[in-house]
Amino acid sequence: MRHWSRAAWALGLAALALFPVVVTNPAYTTIGVFTLIYMACATSWNMFSGYTGYIALGSAVSYGVGAYTMALVSIHANMAPGASMFWLVPLGGLLATLVALPIGAIALRVRRHTFVVITIAIFFVFQLTAINVGFTGSTSGLILPFISWNESYYNLPFYYVGLSLVIFATILSAVVRRSRFGLQMLAIRDDEDRALGLGVRTTAVKLTGFALAQFTIGMAGALYAMFVGQIFPQFVFDPLFDVSIALMAFLGGLGTLVGPLLGALILESFQQWLTLSFSNSSLYLILFGALFLVVILFMPQGIVVFVRDRVTRRSAREKAAVAAAETTLAGSGA
Amino acid sequence: MSGSALTYAIVDGVLTGSVYALMATGLTLIFGVMDIINIAQGIFVVLGAYLSYAIQLHWGIDPFVGLLITIPTLFVVGIVVERGFMSRLKGPEKTAMSILVTYAVSLLIEGSLNMIFSVNDVQINAWYVNRSFKLFGVYFAYIYVFGFILAVVLLTALWVLLYRTRFGASVRASLADQTAAALIGINVKRVATICFGIGTAVTAAGGMVFGATNAFNASSSYDLISRLLTIIVLGGMGSLGGALVASIGMVMLEDVVGVVWSPIWSTMTFFIVLVIVLSLRPQGLFGKQLARTA
Repeated sequence: MRHWSRAAWALGLAALALFPVVVTNPAYTTIGVFTLIYMACATSWNMFSGYTGYIALGSAVSYGVGAYTMALVSIHANMAPGASMFWLVPLGGLLATLVALPIGAIALRVRRHTFVVITIAIFFVFQLTAINVGFTGSTSGLILPFISWNESYYNLPFYYVGLSLVIFATILSAVVRRSRFGLQMLAIRDDEDRALGLGVRTTAVKLTGFALAQFTIGMAGALYAMFVGQIFPQFVFDPLFDVSIALMAFLGGLGTLVGPLLGALILESFQQWLTLSFSNSSLYLILFGALFLVVILFMPQGIVVFVRDRVTRRSAREKAAVAAAETTLAGSGA
Repeated sequence: MSGSALTYAIVDGVLTGSVYALMATGLTLIFGVMDIINIAQGIFVVLGAYLSYAIQLHWGIDPFVGLLITIPTLFVVGIVVERGFMSRLKGPEKTAMSILVTYAVSLLIEGSLNMIFSVNDVQINAWYVNRSFKLFGVYFAYIYVFGFILAVVLLTALWVLLYRTRFGASVRASLADQTAAALIGINVKRVATICFGIGTAVTAAGGMVFGATNAFNASSSYDLISRLLTIIVLGGMGSLGGALVASIGMVMLEDVVGVVWSPIWSTMTFFIVLVIVLSLRPQGLFGKQLARTA
């Protein structure tokens, strides 16, 4: 079982790495870049919300902070358009983490559903600020230094930086999961008061987890800003972003490692394809909402757990059948 | 600050705030009885506004008269959503799941409304929307007063229903303690379904007034739901009186900030007040102390 899963991971990684080599159409590699950005975000979101059970619906704050870090620094530092701007990606992540510290300190004072509501409220504070202050360019947005790479390979650097973010987020999530810190987060999800009673410093653990999760989301936001070249407050601070990455994690399997990757891969590529083929965002909203309902109502544990349960149940049934047959045989033989 | 501006803030706080109170009461009622946070409340308001708009446009029915159609329609919509989706939610993560499910419902309706009515802003129009009168030195359109009267009538009706009828007693029992209510023979599930219906039905009235006082499209629901959520969290989730006080207080505060400082920042007051209050008092202004749950 173990080497099977390793082979699957290697295969998945190889498929992602080779995708832009095989598919050279820029329209499709663009979909690839967006999909990777969301895969990184969903994985990182899951590292906090999936492990602790605190559903945060304000991740667009980190995404927006990352995007504005990229835009503002590259514009005001008069950076040469090109690969050097990628250095701002980790800076975006760092700032998103710093911004998340006071947010987390306030929001994590409350639990469960009040936490969800307060993350939404804080998100709106940021969105409204970004729309209303001058330095964000307000509703007309900001234009980043124009990168004049040839169209035939323009997407490639973004694709592989995106892939690095996915790998980073996945490894971080896996390491956290196996660490003492990860176990403490899972303990909080299962029973926060008992975890506290057993000596888990719940406040510190929650805050660290929350801030850590924002790092990759901030990096993804910065990469997004650089990739699209122009950002608007209402698109980088987008409430739909918050729900999208939550849904991706739910669809794949909340709290699992591969779930958010799978969920984001399916949903984001589907959404981008839909936009490409129909350019009808209303249709997307309807399909997205319907899919969301189906997932939560019929497989609330997500695809990964759903499939795993089916497989284990079948193998258990087969074992039981074999055992029963053996007993019958033994009985008739006696 | 001029005196008339302050007067305006106070009067508008009471007039507009009461309409918000109506919508927020529905939301807090649903939460109190069912532990469900209905994110779709915002889009229900917009749906109510579009319904009033459409029947006025196509059948020439006055929006206030049209409420006789739209209120029952939204009641049925609420019942369908509750039976179809909400009643399936169970377990300790029910509240968090309900946020996601109602968000999905909201997206479905938003997409449909965009397709039917396009994304261009519309506004309900009638003689009382355009004409205004002078009150304490400030001009108000008649719709504000009519909306206020409507909200007071409906809130009173709701109060009578909740505090003077047998059904209301079972609702209040379910608000206080669902398990105990079930133990003394109250059909909590049926109460929950009807409450969800009532909670969405009031948005028909709120939506009509909202649609007459604001230009709106389907995405107005985001602004609405974020305000309504803030109001009920501030008032204390499940507290009917808290929703009323918080609605009027917040709209007033928003107006005052708009006058004193700048209308740009007035919307943010909502969220900043929420963050401050929750830091000091996590259960909201009138909320019960939350039991420590797993």
